[in-house]
Amino acid sequence: MTRARRAAAIALGAVYLVSLGASSLPHFDYARQFRDCVTAAPSLGHPLGTDELGRDSLARLLHASRVSLLLAPAAALLATAIAVAVGGVAGYRGGAWDALAMKTTDVVLSLPWLFLLLIARAWLPLTAPPWQTLVITFALLGCSGWAAPARVIRGAIRELRASDALLSAKACGYSPWRVAVVHVLPGLRAILLAQFLILIPAFILAEGNLGVLGLGVGEPLPSWGSLLRDLVNVPEVMERPWMLAPLAVFAAVTGCFYLLTSSGESI
Amino acid sequence: MKHFCIGLLWLASGALYAGPAAPRWGGELRFCVRADPKTFDPLLVDDQPGETIRYLTGGVLIRLNRATQELQPELAESWQVGERGRSIEFRIRQGAQFSDGSAFTAADAAYTLKTILAPGANLPAADAFSAGGAITVEQLTPDRVRLRFAKAMAGVERLFDQVVMVSSGWPASRRAETAMPVLGPYRVAEYRTGSYVLLRRNPHYWRTAEGGRRLPYIDAVRVVIQQNRSLELLRFMKGDIDLVDTLDPGDYEKLTRGGAWHAYDLGPGLATEQMWFNQRSAAPIPDYKKAWFQSRDFRAGISSAVNRADLARVVYRGRAVAAAGPVSPANRFWFDGRLPAPQYAPEQALSLLARAGFRRAGAALRDSGGHAVEFSIITNAGNRLREGAAAMIQEDLAKIGVRVTVVTLDFPSLVERITHSFDYDACLLGFSSVDLDPNGQMNVWLSTANAHAWNPEQKAPATAWEAEVDRLMAQEATEPSAARRKAAFDQVQEIAAREAPMLFLVYRHTLCAASDALRNLSASVLGPQLVWNVEQLYFAPERALEARR
Repeated sequence: MTRARRAAAIALGAVYLVSLGASSLPHFDYARQFRDCVTAAPSLGHPLGTDELGRDSLARLLHASRVSLLLAPAAALLATAIAVAVGGVAGYRGGAWDALAMKTTDVVLSLPWLFLLLIARAWLPLTAPPWQTLVITFALLGCSGWAAPARVIRGAIRELRASDALLSAKACGYSPWRVAVVHVLPGLRAILLAQFLILIPAFILAEGNLGVLGLGVGEPLPSWGSLLRDLVNVPEVMERPWMLAPLAVFAAVTGCFYLLTSSGESI
Repeated sequence: MKHFCIGLLWLASGALYAGPAAPRWGGELRFCVRADPKTFDPLLVDDQPGETIRYLTGGVLIRLNRATQELQPELAESWQVGERGRSIEFRIRQGAQFSDGSAFTAADAAYTLKTILAPGANLPAADAFSAGGAITVEQLTPDRVRLRFAKAMAGVERLFDQVVMVSSGWPASRRAETAMPVLGPYRVAEYRTGSYVLLRRNPHYWRTAEGGRRLPYIDAVRVVIQQNRSLELLRFMKGDIDLVDTLDPGDYEKLTRGGAWHAYDLGPGLATEQMWFNQRSAAPIPDYKKAWFQSRDFRAGISSAVNRADLARVVYRGRAVAAAGPVSPANRFWFDGRLPAPQYAPEQALSLLARAGFRRAGAALRDSGGHAVEFSIITNAGNRLREGAAAMIQEDLAKIGVRVTVVTLDFPSLVERITHSFDYDACLLGFSSVDLDPNGQMNVWLSTANAHAWNPEQKAPATAWEAEVDRLMAQEATEPSAARRKAAFDQVQEIAAREAPMLFLVYRHTLCAASDALRNLSASVLGPQLVWNVEQLYFAPERALEARR
């Protein structure tokens, strides 16, 4: 692991630890409104100031980080699992299976997912708590993000299929399940990890986009999407530059993920 | 949802005259609208950008002076309401011409009115006349036109502020073309989709300045299409545009800190922000929730638990006042000053709720059947002020044990829920106003109306108080005496305050800003706030010269 990637891993770990730890402290209540202290500048009481409703910006950033950094990897895991299943069948079985799987990925890639997500959000029960809405949103992102990785995985498996190791395993009469688990998956480990890590920031961005459209997490739960939405008001950001803190954390985390995946094969 | 046409009255439209002596001619006025106009056909316009273009280019028989709130003659030199509100007769102005030089006559006025009021035409401008029943239009003489209504229409003359005259010689199929002759101070010269609409002076505009030269002073108006309000503000601060007619409180505060402009706080505007509960019996929500929402004590209890003063102070940064009813105090004539001022009283809220069978059980409030009181509030996504208000209501109600889920939906989804599927608990929205007269609120208050938000299109009034409101609104709409109309509508407001079908939250201030270079401004709470007297506006000398270059 290079020094830069080690630093990225440490930074990510630190963000996880801080967001998981500090956001559990009672002082960091992300929903409490200090109505006599709205849009306040940073102070000892509120190190990142307060938002338009007087809520502590640091508490909201920490909670948002926890939410996004837990759910985005979960969604990425789901998408990677689906990609392995579809790409694996296509690459390993070939023929009609391959054609069917690739046609399916073409269709999925061509769908306007943002609009489908908007429709799905509109269909959710109105009384669903914000966290449930958020989990469903990320689940939908996971279900929609598998197509591109599936293509990569299919290509890798096609190469593996012609390898000596796999031919030997088949010649020995191993079951397809054993071949997949013992010989194929280990060979795909680096690719799967890279795909997984690439999807995490992509999903964080997607949730952010929904947030910018005003269709992200419901009040009062914060997410990076809802915090980034505050930055739409450019003149206000110019006057209160500390509002950029969520963007800085978001950019740093995204950068760390990309650094980690920049040469995934050697991870 | 098509905007609710709530008639409200006027406002403190302080005359903000800032001009020195001799007006200068020339220059180009620039400002933004949020979207492309859907059509240039003045008889089909039903969107905000289209209405702005129509105002600047169209001529009407009677104009509502946005500063004085008085009606003034425009293309009609005079008018007379007769037969106790069953007819109105206009005397058409002599010498007025369309932008192509053709004369405007009573035949054009009669043609326009017949086109709008034709049965089955379903033109937006005809909605306001629906209370009059069958209407006949007659051209009496070359300069006189008369309308007769089957039913008396109180305050009918105000409706003609929105009725733009068109040429009888221009084919109806070509009315949406930019070349259509118009009677207003400007005509459409160029339209670039998604970019701008350029208006140039109408060389035949009938109104003249001192000395007989035809107005307007400013040569052209560039209406820039800009959806993003932040970018609009930046463009204004850079001097790319000359005015902003709707500002958020935060943006207003920024502009008050100085610059080559003047920011106006015109006080409470005509728009209201309110929340209502879904009272429709057939709504696909649990029966126990329907029972809550149909309980007056429940609605009044929730209303008492909402801290409106904090809403005005925090969300609107002090640029709003707590609302007591559907009519803002800015509407001096129709506002009912006897309505009790809304109080934040959580104890009183619990007492009212207890009367309706609700009890605190631990942290949660429960009804007599043991159901925890929790409901969702839907509002439109993207409106930060409204989302902030919903979040504050959420916290206020949590203090009395009510759990609220705030759901922001894209506008079509929201409209679908409140007008078709009725699959919602409560809704938070604002009503904008285009009419000062309460007749403009018919579509909200009548139990049969489609904008009777809490329970629309009832076949028969669901409650006794709604039946009483129906009766009072009918009385108000046909009564010729202004005092008796006022008394009837005051009763409607008092019933609304008592029964709380809608929880009126705040009256937002009207906030706008204009360049210091612009002279003769007279900002008004009535739209279009800053350009309602566009033909009288002019630029300071330096700016006029710069624009010419």
